[in-house]
Amino acid sequence: MTRRLPPIAGEWINREKRLDFTFEGRSVSGFEGDSISAALMANGEVVLGRSFKYHRPRSVMSAANHDVNVLVQTAERTNIRADVERVESGMALMPVNVFGSLKRDRASLLQKFKRFLPVGFYYKAFYRPKGMFPFWERRIRAIAGLGRVDTSWRSERPFATSHHTDVLVVGGGASGMSAALSAAEAGARVVLADENPQLGGSLHYQSFSDASRHRALKKLIAAVEAEPGITILTGAEACGYYGHHLVPLVTREGITKVQAKAVVVATGAFEQPAVFGNNDVPGVMLASGAQRLIARYAVQPCQRAVILTANEEGYHAALDMLSVGLELAAVVDLAASADRGGAAAEIKNKGIPVFDHSAIYETVTGKSGVAAIEICPLDEGGNLDRSKRTLISADGVLTSVGFAPAAALLYQAGVKFSYDPVLHQLVPGDQPKGLYAVGRVNGVYDLSDKQVDGKACGKLAAADALGQTVGQPKRPGRSQTAHSHEYPVFEHAKGWNFVDMDEDLTLKDLTRAAEEGFDNIELMKRFSTIGMGPSQGKHSNMNGIRILARKRNRSIDETGSTTARPMFHPVPVKALAGQRLRPMRRTVLHDFHASHGAQFMEAGHWLRPEFYGLEADRGTAISAEVAAVRSGAGLIDISTLGKIEIFGVDAAELMDRLYTMRMSNINEGMTRYALMVDKTGIVIDDGLAARLSENRFYVTTTSGTSDSSFAEMQKRILEWGLDVDILNLTGQLGAINIAGPLSRQVLGPLTDIDLSEEAFPFLAVRQGLVFGEPALLMRAAFVGELSYEIHMAPAALEKAVAAIMDTGESVSIRPFGVEAQRLLRLEKGHIIVGQDTDGLTNPFEAGMSWAVHAEKNYFVGKRTLECLKPKRARSLVGFTADIDEAALKMAECHLVIADGDIRGRITSVAQSRTIGKVIGLAYVDDGTVRADGSFHVRISDGRMVKVSRADLPFYDPDDSRQRLGVDTLDGVAVPGEAA
Amino acid sequence: MKQIKLDRIGTRPLSEFSYGGEVVDEPEGDTLSDREWAGYLFNADGAPGVKLEWWRHVPTGIWYRLRRNTITDEFIIDQPKVEAKA
Repeated sequence: MTRRLPPIAGEWINREKRLDFTFEGRSVSGFEGDSISAALMANGEVVLGRSFKYHRPRSVMSAANHDVNVLVQTAERTNIRADVERVESGMALMPVNVFGSLKRDRASLLQKFKRFLPVGFYYKAFYRPKGMFPFWERRIRAIAGLGRVDTSWRSERPFATSHHTDVLVVGGGASGMSAALSAAEAGARVVLADENPQLGGSLHYQSFSDASRHRALKKLIAAVEAEPGITILTGAEACGYYGHHLVPLVTREGITKVQAKAVVVATGAFEQPAVFGNNDVPGVMLASGAQRLIARYAVQPCQRAVILTANEEGYHAALDMLSVGLELAAVVDLAASADRGGAAAEIKNKGIPVFDHSAIYETVTGKSGVAAIEICPLDEGGNLDRSKRTLISADGVLTSVGFAPAAALLYQAGVKFSYDPVLHQLVPGDQPKGLYAVGRVNGVYDLSDKQVDGKACGKLAAADALGQTVGQPKRPGRSQTAHSHEYPVFEHAKGWNFVDMDEDLTLKDLTRAAEEGFDNIELMKRFSTIGMGPSQGKHSNMNGIRILARKRNRSIDETGSTTARPMFHPVPVKALAGQRLRPMRRTVLHDFHASHGAQFMEAGHWLRPEFYGLEADRGTAISAEVAAVRSGAGLIDISTLGKIEIFGVDAAELMDRLYTMRMSNINEGMTRYALMVDKTGIVIDDGLAARLSENRFYVTTTSGTSDSSFAEMQKRILEWGLDVDILNLTGQLGAINIAGPLSRQVLGPLTDIDLSEEAFPFLAVRQGLVFGEPALLMRAAFVGELSYEIHMAPAALEKAVAAIMDTGESVSIRPFGVEAQRLLRLEKGHIIVGQDTDGLTNPFEAGMSWAVHAEKNYFVGKRTLECLKPKRARSLVGFTADIDEAALKMAECHLVIADGDIRGRITSVAQSRTIGKVIGLAYVDDGTVRADGSFHVRISDGRMVKVSRADLPFYDPDDSRQRLGVDTLDGVAVPGEAA
Repeated sequence: MKQIKLDRIGTRPLSEFSYGGEVVDEPEGDTLSDREWAGYLFNADGAPGVKLEWWRHVPTGIWYRLRRNTITDEFIIDQPKVEAKA
């Protein structure tokens, strides 16, 4: 049986293009432009979905995004909204939440248990005993839930785009199009967005049989399309309003972030269902749903209909139905048809039975939905008098009993809503600057009024956006007749009168919630779950509020309305994720590393060589790199270090204030370890500070803190009002460290700097030429051997490295990676900030009291360190363990345990071939190390490993290798730069 | 998104800025108690109102001290600004 009607003027389908697909394995065909549910209905499919809780048969209700009666899935996609998603050729659609088939859903047996499943049942039934909840949860989840997720999903990352405009108009109906036109005429650039694939809004489907409205629509669309200042975005849902007029639009292609200077919200209203017995079965739909099906897709909603109405829209819908040849069994009016204007008179003239002051008690259902309708008059108390019932056979009920504003964006912008007792609708209060609610969302219903309202606000919005002042244009008042009924809710003895279709909530459920004491909709919502389903209350919240208000004998305003938070409709996670744009920095020597077989690792923003060689030989490669540095020479790329130049008359003052050590007394040509703490005394950075001249310093930071340390320095300079400039040279200079007892021999022939111990002692800094290009050299000792840091311009560094590798060939120089450096520095007991310190570590705990010069007048964090020093209760200690299977399993963050308590943790640990043991660093609470110097570490499998505290450094305790016998200033033991 | 209009760099989106906290003078003096110092460190003034704050425009590396009404989330940009050298 086909339900496709002859062509309707303005229909959205392209009858030239047939699309074939399957539904539950059955072949179905539709036209290009069809929604999935429209195509299914056109093919005579009746039951299109099963409800969430009781698995009741469901079908189209709003034919829009206001309910999820019809959710379908394919192998790849789940919870496809069939009312709004287009048909595609070859789709293999299946229903969701069905055990068996749509027609025979075994879980529909759950209906028989309804009286045992009252609202709040799950909260009350399964919370005790506590340990049983996971058991029940698994069982409940197996039955509940909607579609199946394809766990082998493919990552899709659509681009997010930005669009800047003067005025954004959300909603492409009569009000929105009028607003867009007047804003554009006033000179503003306008974006007009609508979630539907075509403009028109309710003007397209409501009273579609009225030719004058059809002409008005065509005229508006033509004008909007002809206006060059308007960008039309259809198929674009405004998913939320964010501060300062940012409205993201969700499209099939991804998110477009529209940044406007003013926003016109012309989102219209959601038609609301009536609550009566079996109001959820296939055949019962909103009048607007039926109108959408016909006007958009030329699909007949039913054959013989009863219309339940409480407004003039219901009679216009009746005329629409007659115009396409639908049989109209009756119109049931909750009040007096005489008050409904000309359309009601026309219906009566056509001889259609009209039941005044009546309502529907229930629909009687047959095999495929509605079969008959029981109509009862209302007594003076508004109750149904079943003794005077009339039973009429019909296969459809179209309800037109009221609207709720589509107000999500306005709520999100902070607009308060209050109940208008004339309209029986919530209406918006004052709107913030640059935001306008127009049309039905503002309670304006008449077509010409909507256009005037739109025009006025378009003009105001343009003026806001362009910074102009205009006089207050005249705006029409709100409608003076009710378009909504104040209580379209009727008792049903069996309790199958649904308020929320998503969550299968009935009047009785909400009544019970009210009786339990919930008096505010926000609270009742959470208890009953009304409005918490996928359609987020679009068809249920207003009735929920009305019911709660009546049951608690409070006003609508006292009962409150729920805040509609973003997102307005569910948004695919892929749209939110967007493209993953994560820049990765390569050092100037990247090609060099690659050509030497480097295995790269991500280190912050940087790609750095972890080691050189094949992954299979990782351990061997790292050992060989370590051995090269200890016995000959090695070379590591340290370009990732932050490199900052500081100059000006207050340079030394700045250095003293920034770092814990005194810097103003470094001799020119010398360097000093530079430790930085924040104002709370936490170690945040370390590096090497070189004094190039009286008023010029060069400092390094760790790789991860180059930006933050630079920004902090800038801020402090402003705060302290110092006369000093700083330059961030991190990306402008490359750097290497050439280390090993033979490094002098390798470097010597390539530089004009005198590398002799007397001319260039440990911790000195020198400037000169390396391989003919300017370079800055520093003698540091992070890895504990004679070594030279060389900082140069990138292109020059590349050439210099090639030359060093050439001259170093005789001593088998080799590049070493981050892993070898970590082991080398661990052997020397040097910490890495961020690995051996964390967000709570102060210098005293980290064993760096020597780096805190408390006699200085001031440095950042000094006051805090004074407080912290006597409170130190743990220390970073070195430890060793004999190499065995368990000791080799020790890893960073393994816990130090004593007497069953946590007493510390490992921060670095590795097997050292140089030392012949497993060596490591760990924070250990005072008093944990036993008299024999041992303590215990618990490894992942729960075993305890006994380790022995060891003095630092593990390697070369008197630092003879890095100093080569020459003493340095201050007599301070000074570690070198950090990785 | 919020747009911030500044003389030197024009109108820029908030995403280009990083927040540096309220401008609070570090308390000084030998008589300062640990409690007072801890208050400065850890008890930020969370009361809404017009605040003087640090904002850094990341692409240009310029710090600004800007007044912002934290109730309306609006910058008040009509006062002389202090700018860092990039």
